[in-house]
Amino acid sequence: MQTVPQTQRDAHTPPRPLRPAKRIGFFRELIRNRYSYLLVLPAAVYVFLFSYAAYPYLLIAFQRFDYTKGLLNSEWIGFDNFKFFFNSSEAVVVTLNTIKLNLLFLLFVTFFAVAIALLFNEIRSRLFIKFAQTTMIFPSFLSWIIVSYMMYSFFTMDYGIINQMITAFGGEPVNWYSKPEAWPSILVGMKVWKEAGMSSIIYLAAIAGIDQSLYESADIDGATRWQKMFRITLPLIAPAIVILTLLNLGKIFYGDFGMIYAIIGDNGVLYPTTDVIDTYVFRSLRQIGDPSNAAAVGLFQSTVGLVLVFTANWITRRYFKEGALY
Amino acid sequence: MRNRHSSRAGTIVIYTILTLFSVACLLPVLLTLIVSFSAEESIMKNGYSLFPEKWSLDGYRTIFVNSAIIFKGYLVSITVTVVGTLLALIITALAAYPLSNPNVRYRNFLALYFFITMLFQGGIVPWYLMNVQLGLKDNLLALIVPMLMFNAFNMFLVKNFMESLPGALRESAYIDGANDLRIAFQIYMPLSMPVLATVSLFYALSYWNDWFNAIMLVDNKNLYPLQYILFQLRSNIQMLEMLPTGANSGYTMPAESAKMATVIMTIGPIVFLYPYLQRYFVKGLVVGSVKG
Repeated sequence: MQTVPQTQRDAHTPPRPLRPAKRIGFFRELIRNRYSYLLVLPAAVYVFLFSYAAYPYLLIAFQRFDYTKGLLNSEWIGFDNFKFFFNSSEAVVVTLNTIKLNLLFLLFVTFFAVAIALLFNEIRSRLFIKFAQTTMIFPSFLSWIIVSYMMYSFFTMDYGIINQMITAFGGEPVNWYSKPEAWPSILVGMKVWKEAGMSSIIYLAAIAGIDQSLYESADIDGATRWQKMFRITLPLIAPAIVILTLLNLGKIFYGDFGMIYAIIGDNGVLYPTTDVIDTYVFRSLRQIGDPSNAAAVGLFQSTVGLVLVFTANWITRRYFKEGALY
Repeated sequence: MRNRHSSRAGTIVIYTILTLFSVACLLPVLLTLIVSFSAEESIMKNGYSLFPEKWSLDGYRTIFVNSAIIFKGYLVSITVTVVGTLLALIITALAAYPLSNPNVRYRNFLALYFFITMLFQGGIVPWYLMNVQLGLKDNLLALIVPMLMFNAFNMFLVKNFMESLPGALRESAYIDGANDLRIAFQIYMPLSMPVLATVSLFYALSYWNDWFNAIMLVDNKNLYPLQYILFQLRSNIQMLEMLPTGANSGYTMPAESAKMATVIMTIGPIVFLYPYLQRYFVKGLVVGSVKG
């Protein structure tokens, strides 16, 4: 958890000789630093168009939006879209699925990532570390589409490896793609497969920052490997674990659309356990063609999401000043 | 003595666990590779297998010889990735320099201006309507522009790096009469190469792996990037539509191996860039996770 100390940086920065002592006006500042403001302009315009100028479109959540009439002329209907969503049975399902899946992802990925990092720390062979890390990081570079194909070769009914194994042991082949109860576990497995290796790198970086003399004195006291792991390493990376977990908890209301839609797609049989807010919004917008309902659910998600991000960050800042996002 | 013995057993356990996880990470990739080189009749008979009865290049032959759409998809993906990465990198690097310059008085306001968009995301509906409004629908730009700076995170990564460079560089350049444009392009950007490499790999990977823009904004089959073609190819029926072959000649189309061959072709560039990805990506990830 190292950052560049503020004071050290400033020590190298003498006051700008050309800088006027008194504060100058807004336009003078723009002119004086015209090139700087020019450089930031493309990004500022871009962000304005794609974020700030797009925010008003959230208002269609209170409309019966019609593409031909646009934002200004569509009919205003108050909270009807929200009522429609919250009265539907899907509201509870997608909200709970989003939270449940994200919690499971967070729990298992963190557990495996920390475990892998702790184990790597015990290994002295550079070659093995290099080899193992190379293979473990690789899945994180693949898109979920690619991953869904790889999964398919394991889980498909007729040719899949899993069913081949089941029949080899005398069992009946299972049609996985019509068994909703199996999918939370499968999805968690995929998430761990894809991301645990990469996240373990972060924890390894935290471990690398631990003072080596602690281990040396533990050696003199005759500590075993496991004692050192659980009494020194783990407690010292605990802040990093807690901070990253908190920040991820802030994002718990955002489903992983890329993952869920790539793997589940439009397979309605699996919706009861896998449909999340983001896939619901997508269907409303692009398949059912009800942008207003989609916007209402999206606004609900963004609002709760924002509150959660703030809360998570507030807790982080309060207890771990260094780790806070802002 | 006892201690040393248990320690050796522990070492074996640790190596075993890590090896198993490594193999588990590699196995699905390996299986895909092998299936892509398997003969279709072996797959039909024995299912997917690491040891196919018969090897064959038919999968690759199918996608290269018979399929204009996959070839086009490759072109689309490459164009989008190259152009998108360059544009995104330019915008990011340009904006990062002023934000790292303490002489720019409104830099904190600007940083906040960018940061707010990271905190409050309006969701896909406003995003979609804005793209349609701007005419980013069913054209190549719709695959590039919406992703240019969708996440300001990378800009902050570059900004933080530039802030860590000694400010004396800028001050002495001012004294020598250089303006900020020159300082940005000739001093700060060359010195920021490591972080710019990291960020451009972030961008390149997200462009290469993107299918969200395609699913949201593109209906024209000629503009499908590879990833989205794969998404569409998942059922064999769609496969037949997309890969018209001489079905009447009694030739069975190697659907399974062709699909996996397309997957392998899509992973290809990632494998090719893997040494760089591993080096720079990991570095950026560690820096970014510590202080966003």
